Amino acid sequence: MKAKEFKVTWGMVIDLDKCTGCGACMTACQVENNIAPMVDASNKMRTLSWMLVYELSNKKSGAEAEVAYLPRPCMQCGNPACVPVCPVIATDKNEEGGIVSQVYPRCIGCRYCMAACPYHARYFNWEDPIFPKGMEKALSPNTSARPRGVVEKCNFCHTRFMQAKDKARQDGGDPEALADGAYMPACAEICPTGAISFGDVKNKEHKVFDLAQGKDAFRLLEKLGLNPQVYYVSKREWVRKLGDNYAATGKPGAAKKHS
Amino acid sequence: MDRALFPDGVERCSFGKFVLWMGFVTAFFLFGLYAMLLIFYKGIVVTGLDNYFGFGLWITFDLAVIALGAGAFFTGFLKYILKIDQLKNIINLTVIVGFICYSGAMLVLTMDIGQPIRAWFGYWHPNVHSMLTEVIFCITCYCLVLVIEFVPLVLEQKQLNKIPFLHHLAHNMHVNMALFAGIGAFLSTFHQGSLGGMYGVLIGRPYAFREGFFIWPWTFFLFVLSAVGCGPIFTVLCCTLMEKMTGRKLVDFKTKALMGKIAGTMLTVYIFFKILDTYAWANNYLPSIGMTFDQMFYGVVYGKWLMFTEIILCGLVPAIMLITPSIRNNPTLLYTAGILDCIGVSLNRYLFTVQSIAMPILPFDTWQVYAPNWAEWATSGMIVAYGVLVMSLSYRYLPVFPQERGLNR
Repeated sequence: MKAKEFKVTWGMVIDLDKCTGCGACMTACQVENNIAPMVDASNKMRTLSWMLVYELSNKKSGAEAEVAYLPRPCMQCGNPACVPVCPVIATDKNEEGGIVSQVYPRCIGCRYCMAACPYHARYFNWEDPIFPKGMEKALSPNTSARPRGVVEKCNFCHTRFMQAKDKARQDGGDPEALADGAYMPACAEICPTGAISFGDVKNKEHKVFDLAQGKDAFRLLEKLGLNPQVYYVSKREWVRKLGDNYAATGKPGAAKKHS
Repeated sequence: MDRALFPDGVERCSFGKFVLWMGFVTAFFLFGLYAMLLIFYKGIVVTGLDNYFGFGLWITFDLAVIALGAGAFFTGFLKYILKIDQLKNIINLTVIVGFICYSGAMLVLTMDIGQPIRAWFGYWHPNVHSMLTEVIFCITCYCLVLVIEFVPLVLEQKQLNKIPFLHHLAHNMHVNMALFAGIGAFLSTFHQGSLGGMYGVLIGRPYAFREGFFIWPWTFFLFVLSAVGCGPIFTVLCCTLMEKMTGRKLVDFKTKALMGKIAGTMLTVYIFFKILDTYAWANNYLPSIGMTFDQMFYGVVYGKWLMFTEIILCGLVPAIMLITPSIRNNPTLLYTAGILDCIGVSLNRYLFTVQSIAMPILPFDTWQVYAPNWAEWATSGMIVAYGVLVMSLSYRYLPVFPQERGLNR
């Protein structure tokens, strides 16, 4: 399995020691991407959460008990499990920057990509998007609403990427070499503790370049070989160990570097 | 009242009894039809599926009936290409069973996809790297082949066959049937395999992922083998059920035992490789990604007993029963082995479909339990009812069983 290489690789580094689990990233994502509230959202297996915050526990009690919060966007894998399985090329990884696309007007809703993704980052539109009266005034004009019956997922706020490139062109800059911070997804922008950093993980001038290579950086399920573009950082070993499966070897979660 | 439509020289139940039976089955069909229309109107939100279980009863049902319907292509291959003439006694039934299974599966798929009106995109925007694309291509094409194989049987209906054009058309289609049997064998082998390949390529689902040969994971070959290991015996079971219900002998036991032998041979080959595959998966692949065999199972609902039932009780046991002549030649034991065989292969499809995605891959995630709701059961029942209706009409009006007259003298 060979990961597709791009000159620019947009990536996210999330510091789990800074994340308080406030959920602002989830809310920002919903607003930015025009995700309609469900009529009955009591079944959490049916709700749409492109960005989802998991609560991790070290399973200890008393004074030793610790929790951590793990925001999970789409990993934009370098070797995505979802892309090769789609029968109609409704999802692809072919754009400079390495963001895994989702073509809503082409998706037939077979959900094979959902079965393929071990991160559960893909969501099915169970109902038509109906926005409560008055909410239409708050919708983002840049993001299309998706019809019932198609799969959708985080795309690192791709419309913001396009806007950043447009701005670079207007300012006479190079749209293929955006400065650090010129393109920022809604979740990274809103995070009150600055836990989410975003940028080109291959560009030394971007903050995420160093963060992704830090000794405490890891990625989720690295052993599967999906090569995610989302990195996590934690000084706590038990948190790092929860990033992958070690049951067969029992060895603790060693920090791994991206290739 | 409809006696003139019966095949020559056979007896059928009274028209009133037939209408009563058809009405009974139609009630189930209509209930399923209501669920289907509701699904088309409201979307699959009315089912028990969710974001974890994008695949559920429908996909399991599809894969199971496609495997069980494999008797059509494999028996056709043996009859027309390898010239095993004795199979002519049951070949018509295999075609009808295959047609019902494949057309039914396609109907379920139109409900299952979120955007049914985009179903043709599989042809328009094909992703040649996707096993599902290959499945879409081959299933639709093979369903067409089954229609072509079914048509001459319909044209041989006593009254239709009196029309010279239809008589000659049916005759000429029969003459060229070896060609369609060959095409069917090719298409069917590939999509049976690709259905297995669909799971084998899921790199993010350790329960299903397998290494393989070139672009094909081992599941590709295992699904082909398991399909031909159960398809022929499923046709025998259908035949026997029809015999019990109608009280008439339709196919001689020698032919049934031959079908059992064919299925048993293929099942034995399959189960040999399945055991090797499971051993390698548990001891090599799973440790390589930091997981253990025990982690693949959970409680009773996803327990190890399911895998052992699939491989031992409903795999190894029927394989031994079917390849042992003294057991195979005993009707009760043949049918028992057949039932176990079909349950085992269906269970295999269930485990690959549901257990694969029920299992948590992220270490901080948990097992999830899936239960199909009434809409999924009703629509699956509709397909079974549709099959029973087609089979009932075929049995009553078409010359399906060439031996029937002789066996009931």
